[in-house]
Amino acid sequence: MKKIANVEELNAMRDKLKDKIGIRHDVPNNIQVVVGMGTCGIAAGAPAVLSAVTKEVGRLNLQNVTVAHKGCQGNCENEPIVEVIIPGKEPVTYVNMNSQKVTKIIGEHVVGGKPVVEYSKYGRIKGFE
Amino acid sequence: MYRSHILVCAGTNCHSGKSDKFIEYLDEKLLEHKLNEEVKVVKTGCFGLCAFGPVVVVYPEGIFYQMVDQAGIERIFAEHVLKGRIVDDLVYEESKKHGVIEPFEQTDFFRKQVRVALHNCGVIDPEDINEYIAVDGYQALAKVLTTMTPQQVIDEIKASGLRGRGGAGFPTGLKWSFAAAEPAGKKYICCNADEGDPGAFMDRSVLEGDPHVLIEAMAIAAYAVGADEGYKYVRAEYPLAVQRFQKALDDARAMGFLGENILGTGFSFDMHVKLGAGAFVCGEETALLTSIEGNRGEPRPRPPFPAVKGLFGKPTVLNNVETLANIPRIIMEGADWFAGMGTETSKGTKVFALGGNIVNVGLVEVPMGITLREIVEEIGGGIPSGKKFKAAQTGGPSGGCIPAKLLDTGIDYESLAQVGSMMGSGGLIVMDEDSCMVDIAKFYLDFTVDESCGKCAPCRIGTKQLLEILEKITQGQGVMEDLDTLKTLSTHIMENSLCALGQTAPNPVASTLEYFWDEYVEHVVNKKCPAGMCKDLLTYTILPDKCIGCTICARVCPVNAISGKVKEIHTIDEKCIKCGVCVDKCKFDAIIKV
Ligand SMILES: Cc1cc2nc3c(=O)[nH]c(=O)nc-3n(C[C@H](O)[C@H](O)[C@H](O)COP(=O)(O)O)c2cc1C
Repeated sequence: MKKIANVEELNAMRDKLKDKIGIRHDVPNNIQVVVGMGTCGIAAGAPAVLSAVTKEVGRLNLQNVTVAHKGCQGNCENEPIVEVIIPGKEPVTYVNMNSQKVTKIIGEHVVGGKPVVEYSKYGRIKGFE
Repeated sequence: MYRSHILVCAGTNCHSGKSDKFIEYLDEKLLEHKLNEEVKVVKTGCFGLCAFGPVVVVYPEGIFYQMVDQAGIERIFAEHVLKGRIVDDLVYEESKKHGVIEPFEQTDFFRKQVRVALHNCGVIDPEDINEYIAVDGYQALAKVLTTMTPQQVIDEIKASGLRGRGGAGFPTGLKWSFAAAEPAGKKYICCNADEGDPGAFMDRSVLEGDPHVLIEAMAIAAYAVGADEGYKYVRAEYPLAVQRFQKALDDARAMGFLGENILGTGFSFDMHVKLGAGAFVCGEETALLTSIEGNRGEPRPRPPFPAVKGLFGKPTVLNNVETLANIPRIIMEGADWFAGMGTETSKGTKVFALGGNIVNVGLVEVPMGITLREIVEEIGGGIPSGKKFKAAQTGGPSGGCIPAKLLDTGIDYESLAQVGSMMGSGGLIVMDEDSCMVDIAKFYLDFTVDESCGKCAPCRIGTKQLLEILEKITQGQGVMEDLDTLKTLSTHIMENSLCALGQTAPNPVASTLEYFWDEYVEHVVNKKCPAGMCKDLLTYTILPDKCIGCTICARVCPVNAISGKVKEIHTIDEKCIKCGVCVDKCKFDAIIKV
């Protein structure tokens, strides 16, 4: 353990550590990225997708994003499925996901606010045709 | 980044329920599934819902799992952690009440609570100083050292209206100002973590769940009054608390929050841990200081008060754990924020250890002014088994019993004193209709007789006399004059004892005499215990019209006091030890106690 010499060092350390505990609160206004982790999803490679989402959100240090997972939605042939839920907007469902696609979705949709239409379930999204 | 945190409560209660094993298991499994960089296991302090421990909470969903065992933790891992499927049947019942599973913050138990002193308990890992720093830990210390004068700190605490949570309710800012006003020189800051009230565990939970907050607060107090050395007095019966606090101390020292030239400001402060042997009287401030000095823990007359002449004869501030736990929040959020909570005379919140005949046994922090009814019926979840509320005991051995008709009393220092009890340190024991109030008074007197240090006669001899009279009454040998003697003796002890132990010891007797007079009279005149608790006043009998002669009672009776042939009416003879096993086992409600 290194001694903290002054207040600036303390603040820097706090900021660096902040995301270690960020999700331990009720954060209703966060953007949610939800990965389907039912048996079907897992078989189709969802764990790697979930890891990729987690890493990307961490890499970009997105404090307002919650990464979650849920069970089977009855859409097994299209797994892995990722849902992006921005508060106040229609949720967008992406299908047949993989790690590369995740990077694009996080960058363009979660950060940029613009859904990646071609990865969505029907290749079109209401309001973004 | 971790996408999910699994919080495992490691407070003393859950800890004894093997939460350590769960942490080990989860860490092992996460590694096996290569999830150790995505999911984090956090060992936390007490969440407060001890009755439902061991407790595990999974974020980001905030799902609260109750009474988790090894099989349970395996399912939580396999289902929730791996696949995102909530394990319904392990979810805390209360959070399922409205048809969907709600985050635990929204359940009845948590909704009305306001967590100031317990802010970080159950949220951070108490053994990881980094987590404390991440939730703005040591920021309050940094703030006072770099932007405030000692006088400004004292003024801020004064303005907040914070009063001592150790029982007496003395204004904290004022206490600090007395010590600060003493000429510069050696001064001490001490923290009272003796917590001697039977049934109380508020302070232990802070020590176990958020130890750094106390180090930070003591350093702030030291800066405010001009002290450079501190003592934490904690009972040795709290091994987990001692161990976690010691770890916190080592880490704080290593990172420079204690020692010379803290945060490069030139301010220096360090502290020691002193273990007490668990004597109730050592929680009294002068006895505590005497004990730290290495002498037998006996109180001494005041004045001089410790702020003037305390530890080793030097000006000393002694504050309770919970009092101190409020300090960093007041510095960060401001005096107005704190003073915005509570009543005219009592600001902020109070932590209570809820115990006795109540559904949600555990730890709660509520704004001052909340009614006893809200605590008992809403947060506490009411009385189990459909029984009726009879009384609430606050203030431990120094407090009193509050009857049902006063349930709407708003809780603050003055209102509780007015109804013959006191705030005390925060024990709150709920009693149902089966509790005998004479027996309760006897229980507390038994405790004070044991714990009286013996230095002064009113307390040493007086409490013993009170106890003997109470025993007489519960054995059916009381006479009406005894009730008068109880009253005069109580007054005498209150007026003449050396310290507050004796001065308050008769409170359990005085308050039960006041509110449950009829129950005393029933014991004395009719030799009956209406609650059916005092064994000497009970007899068990078998109702001939209900007994079918099944022989079960005769077979379970541990002393063979029941006789009768198959299909014939049974009888109980004088060998009966009144254990009640026969009543519990009889399927025909044929045995009653009268
Ligand atoms: C018999 C007796 C036992 C006490 N036990 C405690 C205790 O366990 N913890 C505590 O903080 N205060 C206890 N007190 C109160 C202390 O004397 C003192 O008022 C308190 O620690 C001051 O801190 P505060 O102003 O922050 O409340 C006790 C007092 C008496 C008379």
